[in-house]
Amino acid sequence: MEQTEQLTFNFFTETPHITTESPDEIKLELGKFAGPLDLLLYLIKQEKANIFDIPIARITDEYLKYIRLMKSLDISLATDFIVMAATLIEIKSKMLLPREIFDETEEETEDPREALVRQLLEHQKFKNAAQMLYERVTVEQAVFARGRIESDENNHETNATVFDLLTVFQKILGRRKEEIQMEIEREEVSLTDMLKNLKRRIFQTNELNLLKFFEEMHTRRELVTAFIAVLEIVRTESVKLTQTATFGEIILKKV
Amino acid sequence: MDLENEKKQPRSVSEIVSIVEALIFVADEPISVKLLAEVLDEDREIVKAAVEELSSQYEQRGGGLQLREIAGGWQISTRTEYHAEIRAFLKTRPSAKLSLAALETLSVIAYKQPATVPEILEIRGVQSASAIKTLLDKRLIVAKGRKETVGRPMLYGTSKEFLLQFGLKDLSELPSIEDFEDLTQGI
Repeated sequence: MEQTEQLTFNFFTETPHITTESPDEIKLELGKFAGPLDLLLYLIKQEKANIFDIPIARITDEYLKYIRLMKSLDISLATDFIVMAATLIEIKSKMLLPREIFDETEEETEDPREALVRQLLEHQKFKNAAQMLYERVTVEQAVFARGRIESDENNHETNATVFDLLTVFQKILGRRKEEIQMEIEREEVSLTDMLKNLKRRIFQTNELNLLKFFEEMHTRRELVTAFIAVLEIVRTESVKLTQTATFGEIILKKV
Repeated sequence: MDLENEKKQPRSVSEIVSIVEALIFVADEPISVKLLAEVLDEDREIVKAAVEELSSQYEQRGGGLQLREIAGGWQISTRTEYHAEIRAFLKTRPSAKLSLAALETLSVIAYKQPATVPEILEIRGVQSASAIKTLLDKRLIVAKGRKETVGRPMLYGTSKEFLLQFGLKDLSELPSIEDFEDLTQGI
């Protein structure tokens, strides 16, 4: 089966593991403990406690133990976890106070845990909904519709917008930043020269891969000039920006 | 005269069914009954009946293709059973799955839409900025203006792409969120 090649995650794993979202992005998934509410639900289950009557002192202690362990793992996650720790401690302290202080006359005051329980139940509901979405998308990935039919009118590939262009540009700028540069004084390329160069390239070959074109630029300034030149040429000349796939490469084509 | 010409050759039901099938086949996206009716210049009810007839034909034949309603239109696609062979031929693998965080965020947005970042935080208990960015990049959600409240937070809703990728006719096809409640009692 093709199961081996699938990037899957198990909704019920409890150990942290690495999930890859894209080839250049590695993410550490804390398994079931995607957030403080997940951890809390897990602990309640572990303690075999009733969610409507959480043994708050015990759960708080357990929670803090886990937090100490996790703090070293992921700092940005830890902030959310710490907020929850504070909430738990607050509830714990409220629970320690004698009830009479709050309800002198009324027969019923809100249990300090009530808001948290509501949040936990709500969260659990959406977690189950997420599971349902996961199943749906998995099934849906086994369905294939016909590929695009090439036609003049439905030239979907012409739909590259300025924003798509900006995305490509940003990608290159980002890549450039990482490269260590030897700054050697060089003559600035003017927009006119750049436009001339660009036009020559397009009219020689009829089409030009913008990603490649941008990559030829050496400095940030040149890149910006090249970018403006592309915008200019699309506006003034009979060329069009085409893209074969969303976020795909953008090709400048002579019409 | 024109009227007469049009009336001269009314299409037969089977003809309409055939044209509908052809149009659904060539359409890049699921095609709505409304659009089919416009192209055919036929009554919407007639076209609807034709689509349903076609649909039952597909069911009866039980071949490699199915006709189904998705994202507000009709689409011809392969049946799930044959995905392994299709993948082998196309040499594709299933695209990377969404992370758990992204799926959770998506479920909150799908059910609460339009939803704001603070509302998502309230339910998930975690900051969801990177999950939201992933969902926006994948065009599964779209910004739907701002909420007129403190800080004017951005409102998010699901997109047509969401319906397509999750195989939904429309949002009402999602099971009710209350249906997930009884599952929580098991804790």
